[in-house]
Amino acid sequence: MNILPILDTPAEVVPGGSPPGPIVLSTRIRLARNLRDFPFPGWAKEAQRREIFARCAQAAQDTAPMKKAYVLDLAALDDLEKQVLVERHLISRELSAGAQGAGVIISRDQSMSVMINEEDHLRVQVMRPGFQFKRVWKMADALDNGLEEKLDLAFSAELGYLTACPTNVGTGLRASVMMHLPGLVLASQMEQAIRAVNQLGLAVRGWYGEGSEASGSIFQISNQQTLGESEEEIIKRITSVLQTIVEQEQNARAKLMESDSAKLLDKIGRAFGTVRNAHVMTSVEAMNCLSLLRLAADLGLLPETERSRIDRLLIESQPGHVQLAARGTLETQKRDVARARFLREQVASLPVLNFDRAFEKN
Amino acid sequence: MGESLHCDLCGKPAQVHLTQIVKNQIQKVDLCEECAKTSGVTDPEGFSLADLLAKSFTGPAEESEGANLVCEQCGSSARDFRKTGRLGCAACYGALQPVVLPLLAGLHKGARHKGKAPARQWRRLELTREIESLERQMQEAIKGEDLETAARCRDQLGALRAKLEGPVAAS
Repeated sequence: MNILPILDTPAEVVPGGSPPGPIVLSTRIRLARNLRDFPFPGWAKEAQRREIFARCAQAAQDTAPMKKAYVLDLAALDDLEKQVLVERHLISRELSAGAQGAGVIISRDQSMSVMINEEDHLRVQVMRPGFQFKRVWKMADALDNGLEEKLDLAFSAELGYLTACPTNVGTGLRASVMMHLPGLVLASQMEQAIRAVNQLGLAVRGWYGEGSEASGSIFQISNQQTLGESEEEIIKRITSVLQTIVEQEQNARAKLMESDSAKLLDKIGRAFGTVRNAHVMTSVEAMNCLSLLRLAADLGLLPETERSRIDRLLIESQPGHVQLAARGTLETQKRDVARARFLREQVASLPVLNFDRAFEKN
Repeated sequence: MGESLHCDLCGKPAQVHLTQIVKNQIQKVDLCEECAKTSGVTDPEGFSLADLLAKSFTGPAEESEGANLVCEQCGSSARDFRKTGRLGCAACYGALQPVVLPLLAGLHKGARHKGKAPARQWRRLELTREIESLERQMQEAIKGEDLETAARCRDQLGALRAKLEGPVAAS
């Protein structure tokens, strides 16, 4: 197996910069853009798709933020490499299943990517750790401006940026945050929260799918509407909802500590014991344990600086990454053994949980 | 389990049932396993009910306005849009307008773009307008035998046209 250099770097949810804080893991913005003079990817002929790829890849590489970027033709990657890119949120599943001419440009620090010939000709994506909409929007806007210098984009004064699916027309912007909400999940308030968020026109999804509670209490919240509001208005709206959710999560955590601290600390202690000692572990179990370790860092049981290690492990214990580390495909059972071994090694150097801190802090 | 529902997309027995509330409107979708997979319901990255509903809105029942529209630019039709939920090209927004525009109101906050615009396209638009007005001035000057003004217009036009073509040649 030929491993791409980009995949041999650690999976950073934190591509440089400040460490992630509690509750909000990362902020992401994506912009859907299309060339004016070509059919959308789903309708374009193979030769056109290749032409689109060539033009867009060149334009993207010419922008300042994409200096020395990785340029990947999806057809040249094997399934495992694609899966790893999906697990790092650098490409979508739709792109990884894509036909000829599908590709991606990824910046050196992996904070920016431009998918080509996904549902739209261009999907510009910027991702940063923690809550950073202002910064992320600025970066996405600059990259978009750079592309627009070189490419004639499909745009109408009335409807804005024209996209293959009318759900993205207008700004073409999807703003999303990845949130860690174990408090709301443990207090059984998550369903209620999802309903409230949906009513405000925002969507709630899991991080990697598979039922909400089963995936480490991590949720992705994003806008659904793209037309009729400016980029700043969309970001403002999602920010205010986000702040409410953060408050609710903090309240839920405080209440859990107040009413039944033994139960909560027991869960965290057991999760710590499990990652330290387990010899067989599924990815769902790994996510649930790591989720509780992240909560431990938030409560002061672990040093706050360990949060970025835990975030990295959340990604590196996904099936694709476990096989990448093993340098080949593994069947499920062997994968679970390899995952458990990897986690044991990785958390061996973590300090012992300091349970007293939980009471000092709260 | 109870009543047997059928897939909204293909009519096979439904296995996946989804409910989402947007703007106080309850939207329900039932899907068979296969359509659930292909429509991306199982993909946490790309799924929204709104996407799916964009397709089922225009479902089989509706055969009224614009059913036979075809986009001259790319050849895709209103029927194709109904089937896939995707348009063929940028020109489809104009060509299939009677089908697409009513959808937008239900999907979005408003029907008019309020966000950013590609800077160069605005610059080009402005340049084009300037060139057009200069051309008119020049024609009038020629008619009035004001050759001095006509020559000045011609020089300015040359400079503006070069500007207009500059960035295009680079792409």
